[in-house]
Amino acid sequence: MVKTILSVDDSASMRQMVRLTLSGAGYQVIEAADGREGLSKAQANTVHMVVTDLNMPNMDGLELIRALRGEPAYKGVPIIFLTTESDEAKKKEAKSAGATGWITKPFQQDQLLAVVKKVLGA
Amino acid sequence: MSATADPTAIFLSEAQELMEQLEAALLDLERSPEDRAVVDTAFRALHTIKGSGAMFGFDALARFTHLVETAFDQVRKGALSVSPALVGVTLRAADHMRGLLERPAEVDAAAGEIILAELKQTTGIATSGAASHAPAAEEAEGPATYRVRFRLPANALEMGNNPALLLDELRALGECTVAALTDPVPPLEEIEPSSCYLAWDVVLTTEQPRSAIEAVFIFVIDDMELAIERVREDPQRLGELLVERGDATPEAVNAALSRQDPVGALLVKAGDVTADRVASALAEQDHVRKVGAGAQSAAPKGADSMRVPAERLDSLMDGVGELVIAQARLKQLAGASDNLQMKSVAEEIERLAAGLRDIIMGIRMVPIGSLFGRFRRLVRDLSQDLGKDIALHTAGEETELDKTVIDRLADPIVHLIRNAADHGLEDAAERIAAGKPPQGQVRLSAVHSGSQVLITIGDDGKGLDRARIRAKAEAEGLIEPGAKLGDGELLQMIFQPGLSTAKQVTNLSGRGVGMDVVKRTIEALRGTVEIASTPGQGTEVTLRLPLTLAIIDGLLVRVGEGRYVIPLAAVEECVELSEAEDGRSKGRSILNVRGDLVPFLRLRDLFATGTPPDPYQKVVIVASGDLRVGLVVDQVIGDHQTVIKSLSKLHADVENFSGATILGDGSVALILDVARLISFGQTREDELKTA
Repeated sequence: MVKTILSVDDSASMRQMVRLTLSGAGYQVIEAADGREGLSKAQANTVHMVVTDLNMPNMDGLELIRALRGEPAYKGVPIIFLTTESDEAKKKEAKSAGATGWITKPFQQDQLLAVVKKVLGA
Repeated sequence: MSATADPTAIFLSEAQELMEQLEAALLDLERSPEDRAVVDTAFRALHTIKGSGAMFGFDALARFTHLVETAFDQVRKGALSVSPALVGVTLRAADHMRGLLERPAEVDAAAGEIILAELKQTTGIATSGAASHAPAAEEAEGPATYRVRFRLPANALEMGNNPALLLDELRALGECTVAALTDPVPPLEEIEPSSCYLAWDVVLTTEQPRSAIEAVFIFVIDDMELAIERVREDPQRLGELLVERGDATPEAVNAALSRQDPVGALLVKAGDVTADRVASALAEQDHVRKVGAGAQSAAPKGADSMRVPAERLDSLMDGVGELVIAQARLKQLAGASDNLQMKSVAEEIERLAAGLRDIIMGIRMVPIGSLFGRFRRLVRDLSQDLGKDIALHTAGEETELDKTVIDRLADPIVHLIRNAADHGLEDAAERIAAGKPPQGQVRLSAVHSGSQVLITIGDDGKGLDRARIRAKAEAEGLIEPGAKLGDGELLQMIFQPGLSTAKQVTNLSGRGVGMDVVKRTIEALRGTVEIASTPGQGTEVTLRLPLTLAIIDGLLVRVGEGRYVIPLAAVEECVELSEAEDGRSKGRSILNVRGDLVPFLRLRDLFATGTPPDPYQKVVIVASGDLRVGLVVDQVIGDHQTVIKSLSKLHADVENFSGATILGDGSVALILDVARLISFGQTREDELKTA
C-alpha cells in the first residue's frame, strides 16, 4: 500500500524538497502551506505520517500537532517536526504537544528518508 | 509551481520574497518597535532563509543568517528590545544576505564579519562561529554485547511510536535476542488499550558504538526507561546473571542453589523473580554462548584466504585417495570378521574418510567465473578482427568446478567461441537482411545439473548448414553418399577430424581442426559434447562435465572374473535380463524397457570372457545425453568410492576404459568409458539395422 505523508511548511522550497525526496521513495505526498491548511487536509485525507515545520503563519506547528492529537484518527500517527536548531526547549514543547520526533534542518534527503523509515517502518 | 521545477529556482524566488518581508518588517519595527506580530514575521523570514539556504547549498548565507537569527530570537523572547541601532544593523545584515543570495561569489566575507561584530555590540550576544552540530565520529570498537532494557512511556503508541520498529532497528545493528517482559501488564479490567505496558530486554551484539543504540531511541529517550549495559562475553551461570541484572538478590539465589531443581524454576516458585525475567536472563545466556561460538568459528574467516600451490592440493588429493582405498580394504576385512569393535572402527573410518574427501574436493572447487573473464577480451578482439559487432553474455559465473577441469576447459571454449563468432554469426548486413539486430550475441553459461556441470556456448547466428556438412562428409568419405542420417548424427559429423564447412579458411577457424579436438578434450575430462542448431536462429553447444576428476561414485560390477566400475552418474537403472528376453534378442540385442527399445552390449562378448556366464544376467542401463545403452554384466556388486587412477601410457589408447581404480582387496578394476560404450552400442545397433 502506498503510504501518504502530509508535508506542512510555509516555505515552498522546503515543501518541494520534502515532496521530491518522499515521492522519489514511493510515498504519496500531500502539501499544506500552514497549520490551518494542514489540519483541514489531514481531516479530509487518510494520512499515515505528518512532517511539519514549527514556525508558520496562521497556525503554527505546535498548534497543529495538538489539534491532530485531539483527533481520534490521528492518535498514533507519527508526527515529525522540522526544527532549525537543536533547541531543547522547543523540542520538549513540541514533544509534549504530541510530536513523535524531529528532524534538524538543514537535512539531507537520506536523513529525511531515514527518519520516515524509522517511524513508519519500511 | 510544477513538480519538475528546479528546486533552487524556487528557493531563490522564495528567498527574494522573504527578504522583502524581512526588510518590510524591519522598517515597520522602526516605527512600532513593540509589535510582536512584526517581530515574529521578521524572525520567521530569517529562520526560513537559514533553513532552506543550508539545504540548497547556500552555506555561507545559512551561517550568516543563523547568527542574525540568534540575535533576533532574543528580541522575540523579550530578552532584547528593538532599538533603532538594532534595526539599522539588521538592515545592513539583510543587504549582505541579499548579496550572498544573488552573487555569492562576489561577496566580501570581511564585510559580513564587520556587520556581525556590530550586531554583537548592539545585542551583546556572541555571534561568531556557529556551533558545529555534528558530533565527532565515534570510533567503533569492534563487536561488543550489550544488554538493552527498555520500557517506553505509557503514551508512546499514541505519540506515534511503534515498538516493533524500534526492535527492528536494534536487529539491524547486529545479532539480537529479544525477550518481552509482561509483568508490568495489569489485569484485563485495568488495561488501557492504547497504553504501552510491555518492557523489553534485548541482548545485542554489535560492531556499532553505544551511541548507535541510543540513537535508535532518540525520539523517546527523554521519557523512557532505558538501560544499556555492556555484558560480559563469557557465559555466566543463571544465578550470577540474575544477580548482575539486578533481578534477584544473592541471598535468594543462594537459597535456591542449595536445593536441587533448576535455579530459575526455584526462584520463580519462591516468588523472588518472575518467570519472564528468568526467561529473559536465559535468553541472554544463550545469546552470549552463541556469539562466543560464532566468534570462534569466525576466527579462521578473519584470516581470510591463503594461497597454496596446486601441487600440494594434488598430493593431498592423492593422499585422500590412498586413504579411501585403504578404508575400502578395512571395510572388506571388517565385513568378513565377527569382531564388532573392528566393525565399528571401520564404520567410523569410512565416515571420516568420506568427510575428508568432501572437504578436499570442496577446496579444489573454483568458480568458473575466473575462466569466463578471459573470454571478454577474446570476444572484443574477435569483434575487431572480424569486423562484426559482437556482445558476450555470461551467466552462472559462480558455478564451481574442479580446478583441473577448469584449466583444461579454456582451450575448447576458446574454439567454440571462435566458431560462434566466425561461422555462426553473420555480418551486420546479413543480420539486418534476416531481420535481426546488427549486434550478434554470444552466450556463455554454466549451470549445475546433478553431479555434472553444463557449460553452454550459444550464438544467435545463422545456424549450421546441414547440406554443406553432408556434402563435406560425403566428400571426405565419412558417410556413404545419400546415407540416411538422423539430424543429431549429421550434426555430430562436425566433430569428425578434417571436416570444416567454412567457405574459406580464416585466421581464426575453418581449418578443420578444432571441433574434433574439442570433443576429444572434453571426453578426456569424462564429459560429453552436444550440439543443437536451428537454421536462422543460432547454434548451441553444450559441454557436460563431471564435477571432479579425482574421486567418483561408481557402481562396481563383475563380468566373468573381472570387476569393472561404471560411473554412478551415468547409471539410470539396473534390470534383469530374463532368459526369455535374452533368447528373443539374440540377433538384435534390443531390450524392451517399459516400452522403450534400448540396445544393449554384452560385456562378456566385448571383453571375450571365457568363463561360463552366471545364470541371471543383469543389465545396467547407462545414459549420456539422450542416448541410452544397456550393459550386460554377470553381477552388480554395489556402489564403490572410486579413486580414479589414470592408465599407463602403454594403455592410453585402450578404448572403452577411461581409467582404473584399486579395490579393497588390492586388485584393480577398470573404469568403463560410458560415452564411448554408448556410441559403440548405438553404432552397432545402426549397423545391425541397416544390415
